[in-house]
Amino acid sequence: MIARSNRIALLAVPGLAFLAIIYALPLVMLLFKSIQGAEGLTLVTYIDFFRDEFNQTVLWRTLRVALLTTLLALVIAYPTAFAMARAKGIWLTVFMVALVLPMSLGVIVKAFAWSILFRSNGFLNTTLQAIGMTDGPVRMLFTETALIVGAANVFLPFMVLPIYSVLRQLNSSLPEAASSLGATPWFRFTRVTLPLSLPGVVAGSAFTFSLAISMYVIPSLIVGERQQTLSMLIARSFLYLRNEPLGSTISAVLLAIAIFVVLFSSWLAGRLGARQ
Amino acid sequence: MTQTDRITIFFAWAVGIGCIIFLMLPIVITVATSFTSSSVYTLPPPEWSLRWYRSLERRSGLWEAVQLSLNLAFISTAISMVLGTMAAIAVARGEFRGKQAIATFTVSPLMMPGLVVGVAMLQFFREIGLRDAYWSLLLAHVVITLPFVMRTLLASMGAFDFSLIDAARTLGMSYPRAILKVLIPNLAPAYLTGGLFAFLASMDNYPISIFLTDARNKTLPIKMLQYLEEQPDPSLAAMSSGLILMAIIVLVVASRTVGLNRMIET
Repeated sequence: MIARSNRIALLAVPGLAFLAIIYALPLVMLLFKSIQGAEGLTLVTYIDFFRDEFNQTVLWRTLRVALLTTLLALVIAYPTAFAMARAKGIWLTVFMVALVLPMSLGVIVKAFAWSILFRSNGFLNTTLQAIGMTDGPVRMLFTETALIVGAANVFLPFMVLPIYSVLRQLNSSLPEAASSLGATPWFRFTRVTLPLSLPGVVAGSAFTFSLAISMYVIPSLIVGERQQTLSMLIARSFLYLRNEPLGSTISAVLLAIAIFVVLFSSWLAGRLGARQ
Repeated sequence: MTQTDRITIFFAWAVGIGCIIFLMLPIVITVATSFTSSSVYTLPPPEWSLRWYRSLERRSGLWEAVQLSLNLAFISTAISMVLGTMAAIAVARGEFRGKQAIATFTVSPLMMPGLVVGVAMLQFFREIGLRDAYWSLLLAHVVITLPFVMRTLLASMGAFDFSLIDAARTLGMSYPRAILKVLIPNLAPAYLTGGLFAFLASMDNYPISIFLTDARNKTLPIKMLQYLEEQPDPSLAAMSSGLILMAIIVLVVASRTVGLNRMIET
């Protein structure tokens, strides 16, 4: 029996070997190359990178945009998932279609749509002027706010779905029990519903954040070259400047952030799981 | 139900409905602009027309890009299904340490920055002397599709009753045949959902593909972004509307066969 389950374990070998060679090895080589100098290992490219004021601005902008995108998505997603978990019949279908249809569409299609929406003669501006909110057209395209709104829109389904799936499985009798024991609604939410839904919040936030720090298509269509992000800097240094050492260094920085997010979120998820 | 409960639920529904509108807005706007007669994106269009759909015929290289993207998406998803099935069975049934690590590793490409993976692959392929753009793209697209397949298969195989396989074996089926005849039909919804999202991810990938293409092999997203830079007219909205229509058809078929519930569970 043990022999057979060992043989079954071998079934994982082709897939793992493929990923190890085509995906993990190139990434390790990239990290290695970024610390390889003319004579031995060196961190000089990193020191140069972090010393440069322009790079610092770009790094902070990337982190800030990713964080605000995640927060905006979370603020919209939590109540939505809460309503969706209580929805039945046609409303549940409407919610599901509204989440799955955008998820099945390419990022380019959605980012392009937002670049139309944000134009100064675009739909949002004409609507704002029509209802008298503003007198003249507001500059939206090429602003950081536009980027955050557009990105939150694209990543929203990935935030709603994990929260929805924990909220739906949450036994509705738990808050009721708390209530029958005299708990106030606020106490019930902060002490019962919210802690139990945290694994969904962590999963959704980690995924959204890691998509948002590395997004490329959305910023290049909504803010363009005016407000660079790390991804755009990587693309520029490889595709236009042909500066491979710089590109590799920025790639390694972005990769380190992404790996940190993956490890931190799985550690957090593990702790939350253990506590319950 | 207290007053506070009612306010909370009302608030949640208000945000929820706002969220639905927010999510549908880009889709509605794209379709509406694609039928404009003018060459700028004014809404509502001055007059309705199909001119931008007709203009798609004249876009050079569009059809080749669509063909290449479909080809890559089909073949890479198929390869991922085979590799993914084997790996997921090993995780579900094998007795060894580090199963969680394997699951995390196989799903991790989803959370890695696409451009960085693309750059790393470009340098690696150059190092080993692989210069063919099609094969580079195909290998890369297997890395793109595999996590989607793995994610659904790991979840569904965790819940699958493997004694069915043992029963089929005692009835004289070989192990591979039992997998093919018993496991896969039973997990058909997982295969459809995982396969669907894998296929769409491959069709949509830009950041990895951009480093691996050459002048002759350009995928649809790369071609679309190139058109946007060169000649940003509403024909792009027409192209996008075509993709929206395709997504709607696929979703209608998938929801009839698998159900929307199952599709969002993964």
